[in-house]
Amino acid sequence: MSFNYEEYIRKGTLPHIWCAGCGHGILMKSIIRAIAKLEIDKNKIAVVSGIGCVSRMTGYLDFNTLHTTHGRAITFATGLKMVKHDMTVILVCGDGDAVAIGGNHFIHACRRNIDLTMIVANNYIYGMTGGQVAPTTPIADISTTTPYGNIDREFDICRLAEGAGATFVARTTSFHSAQMDQLIVQAIKHKGFSVVDVIDSCWTVYGRRNKFKDHVAMLEWQRDIALPLKAAERMKPEDIKGKILTGIFCSKEAPEYVEEYRKLQERARGGTPGQPQYEQSSGHL
Amino acid sequence: MSMTEQVRLLQGNEACAEGALYAGCRFFAGYPITPATEIAEYLALHLPKRGGVCLQMEDEIASMGAAIGASLGGCKSLTATSGPGFSLKQEGIGYACLTEVPCVIVDVMRGGPSTGFPTGSSQSDIMQARWGTHGDHPVICLTPSSVQEIFYETIRAFNLSEKFRTPVIVAFDEIIGHTREKITMPAPGSVEVVNRLLPTVPPEKYKPYDAAGSPVPDVPPLAPFGTGYRFHVTGLNHRKDGFPTNDGRLIQEEEERLLRKVSRHSREIIKYEEYRLDDAEVAVVSYGATARSAWRAVKMAREAGIKAGGFRIITMWPFPEERILNIAKSVKGIVVPEMNLGQVVYEVERCSKGKTAVLGIGRVDAEPIVPGLIFDSLNKMLNKKAISRKNF
Repeated sequence: MSFNYEEYIRKGTLPHIWCAGCGHGILMKSIIRAIAKLEIDKNKIAVVSGIGCVSRMTGYLDFNTLHTTHGRAITFATGLKMVKHDMTVILVCGDGDAVAIGGNHFIHACRRNIDLTMIVANNYIYGMTGGQVAPTTPIADISTTTPYGNIDREFDICRLAEGAGATFVARTTSFHSAQMDQLIVQAIKHKGFSVVDVIDSCWTVYGRRNKFKDHVAMLEWQRDIALPLKAAERMKPEDIKGKILTGIFCSKEAPEYVEEYRKLQERARGGTPGQPQYEQSSGHL
Repeated sequence: MSMTEQVRLLQGNEACAEGALYAGCRFFAGYPITPATEIAEYLALHLPKRGGVCLQMEDEIASMGAAIGASLGGCKSLTATSGPGFSLKQEGIGYACLTEVPCVIVDVMRGGPSTGFPTGSSQSDIMQARWGTHGDHPVICLTPSSVQEIFYETIRAFNLSEKFRTPVIVAFDEIIGHTREKITMPAPGSVEVVNRLLPTVPPEKYKPYDAAGSPVPDVPPLAPFGTGYRFHVTGLNHRKDGFPTNDGRLIQEEEERLLRKVSRHSREIIKYEEYRLDDAEVAVVSYGATARSAWRAVKMAREAGIKAGGFRIITMWPFPEERILNIAKSVKGIVVPEMNLGQVVYEVERCSKGKTAVLGIGRVDAEPIVPGLIFDSLNKMLNKKAISRKNF
């Protein structure tokens, strides 16, 4: 039985702006399937995006949608979630949006562990502006602003998120759409800040400048280079080199920000300001 | 809470926070910055007690974004800052202008540019309030002069923001931000509090930027997120249904409505105070703490036989153009003292249309402009030889 996407896509907003071979469409359909699987009321979902190709997804999806400024999606989502506890708030951002211009917001959202789900469409490049180097572009790759090869070391978004305190962190690729569905479902269900790093493909302004014959070659590359974390655990470090680790990097329980704030409000109503009584200090890592 | 009015001794920044609470603000996001921090501190203590949220975000930009996000959730939202933070918030202010999301931004003005003089008072953000964010956009900016007035103007800022679906800036100098004065807090319910228009059409008919039939001309109703009205908000130029467009005609129409939204209601928004202007031969146009010196200077001038009068700007933007022109036609000169090196003076010049002489007094040494300085200038304007008391 085929899945009915139309229920979740706004009539009249298509065709989308994405190029042929772009992975964003795969991601959008995966997000829709995940939401459908979780049977969340469309009125209680907000999808918030920043600026970039993938950020235009909010315009197509039939939820409460917010297309914000470059890098700032998390900040808008934080304000919204704090006053609308009952809403499921999902962020869809590009890699430059998420960890370059929005990098500060990213690490602090991880630290706060606020119940937002952040999906990063990580295609290693600034696509909308025509292919400039991103904080995720691998060393030596060619972009319009690194015509002699990139010398900036790339961010590992999952390790960054985990290090900053996110409580659910996972990675998949646009080739692995079934895994993508599962991870997005888990990320949305997770209480706390969850990050799904989706290795996406942009053949138009990244792939064709970096030895990929076509967009199919990019998907094949994702298939070949992806290495499940569990498999990697049994391998020697030299054999892992050059692979993209996929799967769940971390999934743990920790005090969630919205809930903690509600407790704070209760304490405030009770009278004098002061410290909460934590059973176990969460500080001083 | 007492149902009667209360007399309190408050700092300007605290009065601002109290005004916000009175107006129904239940969300604040900020970042520490001198000389505005007390607003965040006060709200951190009092907002959670009332079921509200007070967040210290990772930076000024985040605070602005969070305020907009919370407002889209249907919550009256505030952020507060000073010059450097006000610069950083401009991106978000522009977004709120274009997407028509109500929110209030308080700017407690300190010396600049850049880090400038963090503890020094200033009135140098007046033009940033008007033109700080890029593109054509409407601006409402209020400039109170006393602790009591900060309280009322903060309430008015929320009311205007909600009514006209636009960000409103409250800008006051560090002097009144940090001055402690007696203020009378009105009983709850005795001062009008305005809430945004909500849609009356069913969700499938709702267009977030369609002002047709709105009880406030050119202001479309705004549905909170999560209430069944699923719509799109974007900082791209958009159609009435909220979706992006490249149609130049539609873009022009929407931009014009955005400006008209404030301009056609400017009589309602503009507020000022006049002092002995009726028979004045020379006038002083001022705002904020400087206006308090100006009133004194007018008194001194009158005692010295000079027919002086005062005009105090309470709504800075939209600017009281018509009234300034009328004053310009009736006086021999206008003095504009301000704690910057010339901002409002050029507006007064523009609005005077050459009908009178305009003299600016600028000061950026972080000291207040004292009455004697203004008195001397009034005097100079009339070429009289009265002697200043030199009390500055």
